[in-house]
Amino acid sequence: MSLLRISNLFLSIAQIPILHEISLDIAPGEIVAITGESGSGKSMTALATIGLLPESAVVDGQIELEGTNLLKLTEPEMCTVRGARIGMVFQEPMTALNPVQTIGAQVAETILQHESISRSEAFTRARAVLNRVGLPEDRFPLTRYPHELSGGQRQRVVIAMAIALRPRLLIADEPTTALDVTTQARILDLLKDLARDFGMGLMIITHDLAVVAGMADRIAVMQNGRIVETGPTEQLFSNMKHPYTRALFEASAHKVDLPPAPPPEPLLAVRNVVRRYRQPRSRLFGTRPEINAVDDVSFTLHHGERLGLVGESGCGKSTLTRAILGLEPVQGGSITVDGAPVWAGLRPNMEVRRKMQVVFQDPYSSFNPRHRVERLVAEPFFLLPDPPRGEAREARVAEALVAVGLKASDANRYIHEFSGGQRQRIAIARALINDPTLIVFDEAVSALDVSVRAQCLDLIADLCRLRPLSYLFISHDLSVVRSITDRVMVMQAGAIVEQGPTEQVFANPKHPYTQTLLAAAPKLPDIKKMNHAS
Amino acid sequence: MIRYMIGRVTSLCLSLVVASLVIFTVVEIVPGDPAAYMLGVNARPDTIAALRTELGLDLPTVQRYFAWISGLVQGDFGISYTYRTPVAQMVADRIAVSLPLALLALAITVAIAFPAGIYAASHRGRAGDLGVMGATQLGIAVPNFWFAMILVLIFAIKLRWVSAGGFPGWNAGVLKGLTALILPAIALALPQAAILTRVMRSSLLDMLNEDFIRTARAKGLSKRQALWRHAVRNALIPVLTIIGLQFSFLLAGGIVIEQVFFLPGMGRLIFQAISSRDLIVVESVVMLLVASVIGVNFAVDLAYAAVDPRLRTRS
Repeated sequence: MSLLRISNLFLSIAQIPILHEISLDIAPGEIVAITGESGSGKSMTALATIGLLPESAVVDGQIELEGTNLLKLTEPEMCTVRGARIGMVFQEPMTALNPVQTIGAQVAETILQHESISRSEAFTRARAVLNRVGLPEDRFPLTRYPHELSGGQRQRVVIAMAIALRPRLLIADEPTTALDVTTQARILDLLKDLARDFGMGLMIITHDLAVVAGMADRIAVMQNGRIVETGPTEQLFSNMKHPYTRALFEASAHKVDLPPAPPPEPLLAVRNVVRRYRQPRSRLFGTRPEINAVDDVSFTLHHGERLGLVGESGCGKSTLTRAILGLEPVQGGSITVDGAPVWAGLRPNMEVRRKMQVVFQDPYSSFNPRHRVERLVAEPFFLLPDPPRGEAREARVAEALVAVGLKASDANRYIHEFSGGQRQRIAIARALINDPTLIVFDEAVSALDVSVRAQCLDLIADLCRLRPLSYLFISHDLSVVRSITDRVMVMQAGAIVEQGPTEQVFANPKHPYTQTLLAAAPKLPDIKKMNHAS
Repeated sequence: MIRYMIGRVTSLCLSLVVASLVIFTVVEIVPGDPAAYMLGVNARPDTIAALRTELGLDLPTVQRYFAWISGLVQGDFGISYTYRTPVAQMVADRIAVSLPLALLALAITVAIAFPAGIYAASHRGRAGDLGVMGATQLGIAVPNFWFAMILVLIFAIKLRWVSAGGFPGWNAGVLKGLTALILPAIALALPQAAILTRVMRSSLLDMLNEDFIRTARAKGLSKRQALWRHAVRNALIPVLTIIGLQFSFLLAGGIVIEQVFFLPGMGRLIFQAISSRDLIVVESVVMLLVASVIGVNFAVDLAYAAVDPRLRTRS
């Protein structure tokens, strides 16, 4: 008998239809993944199951948990189900915990909410649960506050809260999207173990097919509020029936076709760069300890070369980027573009700065919403001593927009009228308008859905064919870096631990850290091999 | 925590030193010789000179600054130029009215704003919320002296529960003193309560949208439990800031209300001292007010740390 049975679920929010005819079963101990792109309705399916939909939501159909139709329960009855029979883990561990309560109190709260036991007993049990999720007492006493923990550790606390009462069903909504690859691998292992140990049904929601492939027993693929295809993982991958599933898979494994790089001729030279931060004193009259966020980094980026930079959060990628762009001075070493320093004396060298442009991660917050696209795209002109005006300016803006696959008439629209992928194209147009010699892509495709990401990567490859584009591509996503760069550098704790031609580094990593990173990265199944075997 | 405390105390002391320097300098620059002013237009130069010596006005500036500061620290605020009585005594009499008035007004402010703000936030968009928001709009728009007049009209003239003004002094009994202060305190508190209600409501609404509220709901907490256990304490940080500002305002800013109710408070003392060029009173009272504002901010800083554990570990 199935543990959770969703049948014919329809959902609309404020009269807008969101979910259509969703039917899904989860058996005890089974791991079922719901996957799809943003807006496909996967999170709404989860929220409907746990009964935390927005107030304007109207639901129809059945969601049965061990035979009880949850949709028929009153709100107070539902409160006894949530936390006790269904646990939920959310995407963002940095904000999912109450910052002013200790982790012990927050885990114990789940227990105290549902069982009438003493506080000390609840704390004892909270301790046991925290031990189970990998937060041992000596390093993580109950009195710790969330801000004293890393993202991965906080996610473990959230998981502890969700499983404290051994619920029958655990829902995990993008539980590892905000985490680094190595942390992600450990959290996924933990969830898998818990599901097996407790015989708990696990509904895992993720946009990442590779994550799904590695752990789910069954997969449901969602598009526009419908489940378009569902089946056991291997079977689904080896025989994808629905075109959307195939498109999603192809986009996830997307490889772009980069033109060969021209012969090496140094463009950006980074020599022994050190970026040091002073930390607060640990003792009252002690000296302030210093930390080298970037520690003796040297590399060269050649004209027309596509260089990748990978590493986990806190490794110094962003600090190095800011130093290269001349946004902050460095404490040692030199950074030059075509031989000219990016930092001239006490101020950034404008001559060099206008040769560099950057595309940031978040297409939603990196534009001023009050300006028209024309002004947003033309913004880098202020770096020029003699910026084009009037018709010449309009022509340049139109040219840049057309180059990234938009229309010249889009110049008169506002940024909120565009989708995430279109916005990232506008960001690329803005970066291209001055014909920079170097572009920095700082996690430029990380916030995009796989299909949109594939289009953006194709666009970058197309642009490389039209003009010699040199760029530094910074990302935590190894598969993206692998397809879009000629050479790659791996950064750890402020130092570059390995660099070399991309294929060579990926196929044959020398440094243990690179090996760990590659091993931790979730992989898509090799369909050809699977088909061959069956 | 100790580092945080040391940081706050250092900042407290530095603020006091800077404030005292600024106040002293400004009073120095103001034209007019207090001695000449006190003795009137017909005074003989040697009489003025004698008085200047008596008041210590002929000493070098630096020496006078330190004399003033060491006096302040020991509770000696000097002698009023106009009344010829110790400033400390005058100030003490006025504080005995102004401080209880401010505290009472603040208590009323909080007593209205917390429930109203929490109620409005938890009933967002519904009739109750709209009612509270409308009332706060009115409370902010209408000046407090108008409230004062209406209160006097109802409670003193129509119902005769309290007197329309004046202060019998604490010697007449604590209850009599408090009764005299209750109407002015309400009049002072209403606009402040309206402001604080809005701050409380919007701060709570921000918190209710936070991820950790959803986490709490997923644990099985009802909306009300999630609000009380997780949102309220987090929402207090901006509210505490406003309370600190309001207390400072209530302590000295009640001059209009003091006039309406004939209360011998700080506001009136400053007003009289300025109009009669009683600079030593102005200097001391202003310094005292500045010190109390800085002191209140210090208390607010400590309250932050009590509410938010993140501040205790950060430098």
